Amino acid sequence: MSEYLMEVKDLKKYFKTRSGMLHAVDGVTFSLRPGETLGVVGESGCGKSTLGRTLVKLLEPTEGQILFEGEDITYARGVQLKRLRTRIQMIFQDPFSSLNPRKTVRESILEPLKLNSALSARQREEQVLELMNTVGLAQRLAHSYPHELDGGRRQRIGIARALALNPAFIVCDEPVSALDVSIQAQILNLMQDVQEDQHLAYLFITHDLSVVRHMANQILVMYLGQMVELTSADVLFERQMHPYTQALLSAIPVPSLEKRRQRIILRGEITSPINPPAGCRFAPRCPYVTERCTAQTPELYEAAPGHFVACHRGGEVG
Amino acid sequence: MTELSMQKRRSSRRREFWLRLCRNKAALIGMVILSVLIITAVFAPIIAPYHYDEQNYQITNQLPSLAHPLGTDNCGRDILSRLIYGSRVSLQIGFIAVGIGAAVGGLLGAVAAFYGKAVDNIIMRCIDIVLAIPSTLLAISISAALGPGLTNAMIAIGIGSAPNYARIVRASVLTVKEQEFVEAARCVGASDAYIILREILPNALSPIIVQATLGVASAILSAAALSFIGLGIQPPSPEWGAMLSAGRVYIRDFWPIVTFPGVAIMITIFALNLFGDGLRDVLDPKLRR
Amino acid sequence: MEEVLLNIQDLYTEYNTDHGLVQAVNGISLKIRKGETLGLVGETGAGKTTTALSILRLIPDPPGRIRSGKIFLGDQELTACTEKEMQKIRGNRISMIFQDPMTALNPVLSVGDQIAEVVRLHEKCSRAQAQERGCQLLELVGIPANRYKEFPHQFSGGMKQRVVIAIALACTPELLIADEPTTALDVTIQAQVLELIASLQEKTKTAVLLITHDLGVVAEVCCQVAIMYAGEIVEYGSTEEIYHNPSHPYTIGLFRSIPSVDRKVHRLQPIAGLMPDPTALGDGCPFAPRCPKCTPRCQEKRPPIMQLEGEHQVKCWLFAEGEEES
Repeated sequence: MSEYLMEVKDLKKYFKTRSGMLHAVDGVTFSLRPGETLGVVGESGCGKSTLGRTLVKLLEPTEGQILFEGEDITYARGVQLKRLRTRIQMIFQDPFSSLNPRKTVRESILEPLKLNSALSARQREEQVLELMNTVGLAQRLAHSYPHELDGGRRQRIGIARALALNPAFIVCDEPVSALDVSIQAQILNLMQDVQEDQHLAYLFITHDLSVVRHMANQILVMYLGQMVELTSADVLFERQMHPYTQALLSAIPVPSLEKRRQRIILRGEITSPINPPAGCRFAPRCPYVTERCTAQTPELYEAAPGHFVACHRGGEVG
Repeated sequence: MTELSMQKRRSSRRREFWLRLCRNKAALIGMVILSVLIITAVFAPIIAPYHYDEQNYQITNQLPSLAHPLGTDNCGRDILSRLIYGSRVSLQIGFIAVGIGAAVGGLLGAVAAFYGKAVDNIIMRCIDIVLAIPSTLLAISISAALGPGLTNAMIAIGIGSAPNYARIVRASVLTVKEQEFVEAARCVGASDAYIILREILPNALSPIIVQATLGVASAILSAAALSFIGLGIQPPSPEWGAMLSAGRVYIRDFWPIVTFPGVAIMITIFALNLFGDGLRDVLDPKLRR
Repeated sequence: MEEVLLNIQDLYTEYNTDHGLVQAVNGISLKIRKGETLGLVGETGAGKTTTALSILRLIPDPPGRIRSGKIFLGDQELTACTEKEMQKIRGNRISMIFQDPMTALNPVLSVGDQIAEVVRLHEKCSRAQAQERGCQLLELVGIPANRYKEFPHQFSGGMKQRVVIAIALACTPELLIADEPTTALDVTIQAQVLELIASLQEKTKTAVLLITHDLGVVAEVCCQVAIMYAGEIVEYGSTEEIYHNPSHPYTIGLFRSIPSVDRKVHRLQPIAGLMPDPTALGDGCPFAPRCPKCTPRCQEKRPPIMQLEGEHQVKCWLFAEGEEES
C-alpha cells in the first residue's frame, strides 16, 4: 500500500447542460497523506464543491481515477460503495439545510450508526452520547430540533454525524462560511482537535484564504474547473507563481491598518465554464497575458520542488 | 436536565403549532365545527333520537316539530336521526377516500420527483391523461365497473383524486430533495427508499395535509354525487348524498327532505375549508414570526 | 470638521414575537458626518440591520416598532416624519443597498430602465432625460452604457451589485446605507465593488453607513467604526483607535478569532459561549456571560459609556475605575 491515503489522477467531471458541456472539474491531480489537510481554494463556480462531491461519491466522475487506501474507487458501486461510506465522510456548508428539520439532535446523530453498524440499540445510544460529548454538545440538547439551535451548534451536529462511523477522510465543504467569526473559531478549533485525535485527513474546501491558511498543509487553487497552483500552505503565502493566486491573495481584506497589500484589481468577470475555449482560462483577466496564453492550454508542471503551477509564465511572475 | 423538561422540549414544536392554530380564528371555528361533527358521528346511536330505519307511515312528510326536530321523510323516518347516522358514512367516505387518494397519488408523485427524467415523464404523463378526464366522470366509471357500494365508492373517489395529490407532492418533493440534508443522508449510506420515506416525505407533508383537508370536502361532494345517481351507497343506509337523491322527487312539495341534508353537507364543507385554509397559514413557515 | 449628517440618539427598537419581546436595538447613539464612512460591525443578530431599517423607518410594524430615541438627518427629525415625508426622503436623501444583489433587481425590466425608473420617481424629468441619466449612472459604476437594454439574468453577481449601487446613487443621496454589500460576492469581485464604493464616495461626497461582519472590509474603507453586540454599541471610535487599541473585551475577542493570513498560529482563540437570547437580556452587561474579565458588577448592572481619548468610546465597567456607582 502506498503512503498516500487518497490519490486523484486527472479527475474530470462534466455536466451536460442545454447550452453545452459544463466543465465543472477539468483535470485535477493531487495526493493526500493520512492525517493531512488539503485546502481547496477558488471563487464560486470554480468547481471546488463538485470536486468534493465527486470524491465522496455523490457524483460519478466523467474521467480520471480516484485511489483510496490503494483501492480504485473511481466507479465504486453496491457493496464497495456502502463500505466506502463508512471511510469517507462529508461536512456540509449550510448548517441550516444540511440537517433534517424534523429530526432531533439525537436522531440525526443516530442515523449513520443505524444505517451502517452492527451495534446493539443500547451501544448506539451510548455512542451518540459519546459523539455529542466529543463535539461539545451538551446532553440536554439531545431532544432539541435543529431550528431551536444556532448555526455553530448545528454545525457541531454535522461534525458528529461525519465522525460517527470513524472515517479516515472527511470532505469539508465550506464548513464555517455560514458562521459568525467568534463561532467560526470555535468550530475550526474543534475540527483541528478531532483531526489530531483520530488522525483524520481533510479536504477543506473554502473561499476564505485566511481560514485555509490556518487549517491546511497543502493548498490547491482552482480557477474555472482547472487547478492553477498546488503547493504547501506556507510556500503559497510566501511566493505565488500563478497570477490568479497573486490577485486572489492581494484581494483579501486584512483586518489591520498597517499591512495594506498592494491590491491587484482584476478586470472583468469569470468567464463561462460551458464549452471553454482552448488556452488558459484565466487569460481574459490576466494582467500578464501573452499570445501564447490564449492559444495553448498551459500544463501543470513542477516549477519548484513540491510547487506545481499551470502557467506559461509561471517562473517569471512570482 | 430532568426528564420532565426534556419532554417539554420535545413537545415545544407541537405546542407552537397549537398556539398558532388557536390564534387563527377561522381555523379554530372550522376545527370546533369539525370536532362536533366527528363526535356526533362516533356517538350516533346514543345521540340520535330514533333509529335511521325506523319507518312510521302515519307521520310521513311532517314539518319540524318537537318530536321530530327536522321533520320526517316520505317513509316517516326522522330526518335528524338519518342525518346523524348519515354523518358516519359521509365522513368515513370523505376521510378514507382522501386517504386512498393521498397515499396513491403521494407515492407516485414522490417517486416521479425523486427519480426525475424518464420515470418522472412516464408517471406524470399518465397522470396528465387521468387529469384530462373530469374527476366525477372518472369516479362514475370506476364505480360503475366495480359495482355500487360503500367500499367501491371510496376507491373510485380516491383514485379519481389521486392525480391532484401526485402533482402537489411532486412539486413539494422537488424543492425538498434539493436540500443538503438529502445529500447528507446519502453520505451516511441511506438507500433510496429510506431517503424518500424517512427524509423527504416528512418534510414535504404540509401541503399534502392542507390539500387533504380541502379534499375531504370534495370527496363528500363526489360521494353525494355518486349516491345521487345511484352508484354510491345503497338504501336504506343513510348518506347525505343519497338522502338528497331520494328526496329530489319531493323537492317541490316538501322542503325539509332535501334542505337539511344539503345544509349538513354545506356546513361540513365550510368547516373543512376554514380548517384547511387556516392549516395552510399555520404550516407556512414564511408566515411565522 | 464636517457637520454631522446623521445623528442617532438613544435608539430603542423592539420586535414583539411569538417567543417574547426581542430588544433588537438597545439604546444606541451614533453620528455620521458628511462624506464619512462609518462601519457598523457585529455578528448575526447584533441588531445591525434593524438599525438600518430604523433609520429608513422601514421596521415592519407589527411586529416591530421604534420604542424611543430620535434620529436626525441634518436638521430633520426622521422619527417625527409622516410616512409621506419618509417616502420622499427614501431614495432622495437616503438610499440602501441590500446584501443580495440577486433578488434586489426586477427580473423582467432591463437594468437601464430600472435605474431610469428611480430617477423619474424622484426627479421631475422627461423619459429621455431619465434614460440619459441611466446611461451616465451605468458608466459611473463601470458598466458600458450599451448594456442598458440587458436584463438582470444576463449579468453576473458583481455586475448586478454594481447596478444596485447605480440605482442607489440615482438621486445623489446624502447617505448611503450598505447592508453587507459584498458578502454574497467572491473576493476578487468584492475588491472591485469596495474600490467602486470608495471612488464614488470621493466623487459624490456621500456619507456611507457600511454594515458588515468583516473587520477586513472595515479596515479597507471605513474611517469610523462602531462595534455592535446584542443591540448595543460596545465600542465606537475612529478606525485607528479601534484597530490599534481595541478596548472592549468583545472587540479584542473578535480580532483574536480571525485566522491571520500572515502568520500561522496553532490554535485560534475563540470567544467562548454564544450570543445571548435577545428575549431575555438581563440587567447586566450583555457580554458578561462570555467575557473573560467579567466581574460581579458586570452581571448586575449595565455599564455606562466611557470616554477614552479622542472620540473613542467604550461601554465596559473595566474602564470605569474610580467612577462612583450611581
